[in-house]
Amino acid sequence: MDISSLKAWEMREKLLKKEISAVEILESHLNRIDSVEKDINAFITIDRDNALKASKGVDEKLARGESLGVLAGLPIGLKDNIMTKDLRTTCASKMLENFIPPFDATVVRNIRREDGIILGKTNLDEFAMGGSTETSYFGNTRNPRNLDVVPGGSSGGSAAGVAANELAISLGSDTGGSVRQPASYCGIVGIKPTYGMVSRYGVMPMSNSLDQVGQFGRDVKDAFLMLKGVSGFDPLDGTSSKKSGINFDLEGGSLKGLRIALPVEYRDLKVTGDEKIREMFDNTLKVFEREGAIIDYVSLPHLKYALETYYIISTAEVSTNLSRLDGIRYGYRTENYETLDDLYTMSRTEAFGEEAKRRIMMGTYALSAGYQDEHYKKALKVRTLIKNDYDKTFKDYDVILSLTSPILPFPFDSIINSPVDMYKADLYTVPVNLAGLCAMSMPMGEIDGLPVGMQLTGNRFQESKIIRAGYAFEKVVK
Amino acid sequence: MGYKTLVGLEIHVELMTKNKIFCNCKNEFGGEVNTHVCPVCLGLPGALPVMDKEALEFGIRAGLAFNSEIEKEVRTDRKNYFYPDLTKGYQISQADLPLCKGGHLDIELEDGVKRINLERIHIEEDTGKQLHTEDGTSLLDFNRCGVPLIEIVTKPDINSAEEARLFLEKLRSTLKYIGISDVRMEEGSLRCDVNINVVDDEKKIKSKITEVKNLNSFRSAVKAIETEEKRHMELLDKGENTDNETRRWDENLNETVIMRRKFGASDYRFANEGDLPSIKIEDSWLEEIRNNLPELPHEKKVRFISEYSLGQYEAEVLTGSKELAAFFEETYKYVNDSKLLSNWIMGDVLRRLKEEDMEIEALHIQPKDLADLILLVKDGKINNNTGKKVLKDMFDSGDSPEKIVKEQGLIQISDEGALEEIVEKILDANPQSIEDFKNGKDRAIGFLMGQIMKETKGKANPQMVNKMLLAKINLR
Repeated sequence: MDISSLKAWEMREKLLKKEISAVEILESHLNRIDSVEKDINAFITIDRDNALKASKGVDEKLARGESLGVLAGLPIGLKDNIMTKDLRTTCASKMLENFIPPFDATVVRNIRREDGIILGKTNLDEFAMGGSTETSYFGNTRNPRNLDVVPGGSSGGSAAGVAANELAISLGSDTGGSVRQPASYCGIVGIKPTYGMVSRYGVMPMSNSLDQVGQFGRDVKDAFLMLKGVSGFDPLDGTSSKKSGINFDLEGGSLKGLRIALPVEYRDLKVTGDEKIREMFDNTLKVFEREGAIIDYVSLPHLKYALETYYIISTAEVSTNLSRLDGIRYGYRTENYETLDDLYTMSRTEAFGEEAKRRIMMGTYALSAGYQDEHYKKALKVRTLIKNDYDKTFKDYDVILSLTSPILPFPFDSIINSPVDMYKADLYTVPVNLAGLCAMSMPMGEIDGLPVGMQLTGNRFQESKIIRAGYAFEKVVK
Repeated sequence: MGYKTLVGLEIHVELMTKNKIFCNCKNEFGGEVNTHVCPVCLGLPGALPVMDKEALEFGIRAGLAFNSEIEKEVRTDRKNYFYPDLTKGYQISQADLPLCKGGHLDIELEDGVKRINLERIHIEEDTGKQLHTEDGTSLLDFNRCGVPLIEIVTKPDINSAEEARLFLEKLRSTLKYIGISDVRMEEGSLRCDVNINVVDDEKKIKSKITEVKNLNSFRSAVKAIETEEKRHMELLDKGENTDNETRRWDENLNETVIMRRKFGASDYRFANEGDLPSIKIEDSWLEEIRNNLPELPHEKKVRFISEYSLGQYEAEVLTGSKELAAFFEETYKYVNDSKLLSNWIMGDVLRRLKEEDMEIEALHIQPKDLADLILLVKDGKINNNTGKKVLKDMFDSGDSPEKIVKEQGLIQISDEGALEEIVEKILDANPQSIEDFKNGKDRAIGFLMGQIMKETKGKANPQMVNKMLLAKINLR
């Protein structure tokens, strides 16, 4: 039996029944890494020794008859923008190439508390900016379903690692789709929880009013397990909610009577080459209908401004969040400087990649005196309108169903040189972050051997609705 | 000369909360460099701020004390700029919506009360400190990072250096009254920047506003305003003008020197601080803070006037600091004579403190001891001059007046028999003086009195001696 090919929840069950040990679980994943990682490049750093120590610790706990946490013995990957004490955390940037944090993110502490095994730090677009993991300073990650296409991004390493059975489950971060889109591209499940559901403490911010730590699993139950293990109120994060935490189980969800909203704005929106994807989506709708779901078209009139709103707010926040990387206290420092201004300018010029620089400049512009009223402040107002549209919709519906991405995973170097196209692909995912909602991407089929995902969106702190519906759907199509 | 000086002050005050404003690090002055730090105040990637409620409460206290309007929903903003002592590349501060809007503080001028209006009071975090070494390298100490500050901004209502001094003193005393800061300029817990220009309304000319920084005492603030207003006037007189610039007070040169020119307004690219959700100030909490606010200086002054029948001036001086007022009230409990007490405190006690450049807190004399001394004099056990001498000894040694009086044998001689003996003796020895007095030379009495005091080492009851002398001379 190849343990690494099991679902995470199956591994955990077998571990608790003592059919397999935590060390065996780890070793099967390490073997898998040894055989496929050279092709995939899901990791920036693999922490074999500490993972082994932790796995042994879990086995000892089990032998002593102690109760184990929800993540017991599961090899977990962390997107490399999540701070790990004494373990290098690079954000896939030259800027933090050698940065070793002196503290753990709250999610890391939660994983340890729940007996999870931190196996390594996964690849991402530099500072989580991108949709293909191609902006990483540490090379491309390849899609396990087809090595010639991207795994999506920015949490491409975490998605590819799980899809390739190098990891049981993993964490990413989702600012505008960075968990859901790679989940879709790699054919797995990705959850973007409600803003405030999972602590952001110790996660390098990209756009702090949009960021949320997301979960990957090979099925809904696995992703749910990961979410259960890390969610909960955190006094260290002022935006963490007292309502956070998972207090429901998967069973009991049914598609019968599920009220599903389809935004007309998505129906009317055409992206080149999306015909087959649309066809598949229509077939999926038929499954929901057959199972008794009630499906209506609704209008969310402000959705059409979501992309512009997103790119103004997110880049504005990027520009301030990345200011701390100035070459003074930690991180990369240029050798070419005489004045203080040179030190700042050259360190940042030499260490940030193109995409990071592009977004810092866009955000700086959006916040500049004379421009901030017509850009940043206006975007904040539109954001409220978008939120209101969703609030209205969720009065009558349980979930909003849509594509996760309007395009298939694309070949390397095909989109990266056209940033606007790349940004456009985020159309289905970014409004969710603007409104602070929860959403989940899960597979609905394949086209030309490439996975296609759909997105279930729920109201704030209504994770139970989307996850249970997804779980029920998964059972139906199995 | 028709120039009018316009001064606005920006005062940064470090709040003496237990913790820093956004993390649990201790808020303490001093300490080994870079020891009061954590991922949050060091601005490490991913570390997040959480608002300290006490800091917010202290800010509100200030707003209430200065009659400001308190914002109902507190938001914070990021003020973006690069500087080595700024760990995050932005300072968490407040832009459009300060914690407290408006407000005022009244100062006492010779010709009456003047109201200085405030623009705003907002809360923010302090930055670290740069230490420059002789070889030109710079070291950074982040202990101060995240210490809570309030910034108090006045309107340009201050018209002279003297008004600025009075304002700053009143401000400092009020901040101390409400217990939110130790307001020590030398330790940087109160820092003041001056914005100044001069206008001539008749000639319709005015100088451009200059800002003066690096003022580390009230004295330097006053001197900076004096030299700066003179400089502005002289330039205008020559048909020239000042530049919009930031200047620095140079203590050694005794003048302001240019730091940097201002090209338009600085662009701090203010953005919402999304890491700190807005905080609603509940009315109940505001009421609680208001009710727990100690008596403010002007309230105390009004009470002193009515309760102790003191004059405006006495009440103003005695309520000048919380500690002085408390000393007065505590001593009063034993003396029960406010006029007498205020004379002693305002006279000898404060004069001596001023001579020694000391605050009332440093005084060794206990209220009960001062009261005992005053009663010794009042009851005629020692005379007034002796009392002053005893006070001096009390000031130096901290001993009780009884102890000093006893050890030095200073109890006044009021025994009629004993005094009569001495008076007779002195009169016998000085027939010439008796003769002089009878010939109309009143000064002779003074001489005789002096002799008696000399004989008694100053202990004789002067009123009794005076009476006795006159009576006895007339008999001779």
